[in-house]
Amino acid sequence: MSTAIHDIGYRHYDGPRQKHGQTVRALYVHNLRTLFGLGRGGKAKVIPFALLAMMMLPALGDIAIKAVVKQPDSFPMQGYGYILNPLIAIFLAAQAPVAASREIRYRTVPLYFSRPVGPRDFVAAKFGAFTTALLLLTALPMTVMHIGFLLTRQGIVEAASQPGAFRDVSEIPTVMEATREWAFGLIGALLLALVLSSFALLVAAYMPRRGFGIAAVIALYLVSNAVVGIAQGIALTRSAYDLAGWLNLFTPFNLVYGTQVALFKADGGVIAAPPPSGTGIFFLLFCVIIVAGSLAALHARFRKAGA
Amino acid sequence: MPIITTRDLTMRFPGVTALESLSVGVEPGVTGLVGANGAGKSTLIKILLGLQRPTSGSAEVLGHDIATGGAEIRRRVGFMPEYECLLPDVTATEFVVHLARMSGLPSSAARERAADVLRHVGLYEERYRPMGGYSTGMRQKVKLAQALVHDPSLVFLDEPTNGLDPRGRDEMLALIRKVGAEFGISVLVTSHLLGELERVCDNVVIIDGGKLLRSSAVASFTETSGMLVVEVEEGRDALGAHLAERGLTVQADGRTLVVQLDGEETYDAIRDGVVDLDLALIRMEHGRHHIEEVFQR
Repeated sequence: MSTAIHDIGYRHYDGPRQKHGQTVRALYVHNLRTLFGLGRGGKAKVIPFALLAMMMLPALGDIAIKAVVKQPDSFPMQGYGYILNPLIAIFLAAQAPVAASREIRYRTVPLYFSRPVGPRDFVAAKFGAFTTALLLLTALPMTVMHIGFLLTRQGIVEAASQPGAFRDVSEIPTVMEATREWAFGLIGALLLALVLSSFALLVAAYMPRRGFGIAAVIALYLVSNAVVGIAQGIALTRSAYDLAGWLNLFTPFNLVYGTQVALFKADGGVIAAPPPSGTGIFFLLFCVIIVAGSLAALHARFRKAGA
Repeated sequence: MPIITTRDLTMRFPGVTALESLSVGVEPGVTGLVGANGAGKSTLIKILLGLQRPTSGSAEVLGHDIATGGAEIRRRVGFMPEYECLLPDVTATEFVVHLARMSGLPSSAARERAADVLRHVGLYEERYRPMGGYSTGMRQKVKLAQALVHDPSLVFLDEPTNGLDPRGRDEMLALIRKVGAEFGISVLVTSHLLGELERVCDNVVIIDGGKLLRSSAVASFTETSGMLVVEVEEGRDALGAHLAERGLTVQADGRTLVVQLDGEETYDAIRDGVVDLDLALIRMEHGRHHIEEVFQR
């Protein structure tokens, strides 16, 4: 026996134990913190916070311009995530392996499954956390930008009311219109987060090493963008506009933005070829299929890793 | 009342039968599960934890059926895997706190229990450092700590002495004994080394090729052998010759003499021999079988 004075022997725990839902919520919070490097070393915080800062730049710039120049032109609210897709892709590539393959690689998964946490809880917590992180990345700047517009709107209206102003007051969105655009933007951001997180987690979970995971996510992103871009270019030069629009299905950012164009009247000019009219429901269905399929495959992957 | 009962438990993988009609009961206390590598020890633990479904047969752990009560079982047991399972960029404290929370402990209780249990396994200042720099012995201690942090009624320890040097192994075995005796937590510990388990276990279950070979108390394995073990400081051979002259059956074994016990007079003969030759007697005790000898027979 040690003679240290603090050695008071083993004590049993008879305090409260949490319900299953609280445990899963704790796992969700843990995953979310890990994605932003909280509770890990300083290096782990650099990429997520640098990307979050960069994602904020267009919103802050937009507010600054509105405040100084007093023009109504806006950075496209609904296209925020689409236009900044390279930054989001970097976040996906850097953090999906952290969320999906770290515990598989170090064989930590069985420590969860030998506790009251099952594969379904495990996937739900990871998917929830990664979706939340992506949503933060886009919804936060969109919301800041919207608040900025509401605060600067009066100045813009006054400038447009001056005699000899370049712009007419009717060009300035009403508070109602701007808020609706922001709300649609948030729905789009959520859809984008759901599709990207399920798919990126799946890709990373099947890559044994972090480096492979990063490379695989980036490669899928670049290749799908390039292939769809080239195919759309060829289709457009032959005036096959419908075909070009359908091709948006095959790259995740275009798939989601196409859905936004078709369902929420997002600005079609942001992408090369908007989806054919009336196809919104197919685009949405395709998003649902990708999310559901990815989650099912993720579940199978983690169940295997935990046995 | 047994804490683990299996009935005709069979587990087949494509091309391999890991367990075959295994029926065994495990009593509270420290139980060794012994078998060669590939004997089905790890598979049995995975089935008992509900991580794998058996091909056929049934089992109960702490009174819960593995087929229906998996969640309840996993709330009340701890598991220390055989393999590496630690995240290198996380400290032992954070790791164990997190896993305590995953066992359902509230945040403050998780911190308190993690600190307690890490101290009990013998990790002090180093628990604030990332685990990537730990020695094998320290890693094994963290793995044991996470299995105990939620105060389970039963822990499964899969090859806890694997990869440890002799000193680390002694420490780990002492810890296992402490978990069973002082903490009052039942232990099922696997090993492919019989010898080390007889030091810490109350009972031993031996499986081979997925089948039960023997299950009984360690004491019955190591019942007295009808031999006396005698150790003297110097002059082992002289004493051996002296006793042989008096018609005793004597064998040298390392630093000791093993003398067949023929009755009360054997003790006297040894005592007199030691006195006559003016030797320093270190010990004289009943020889016991080792589990390994039983296994070899």
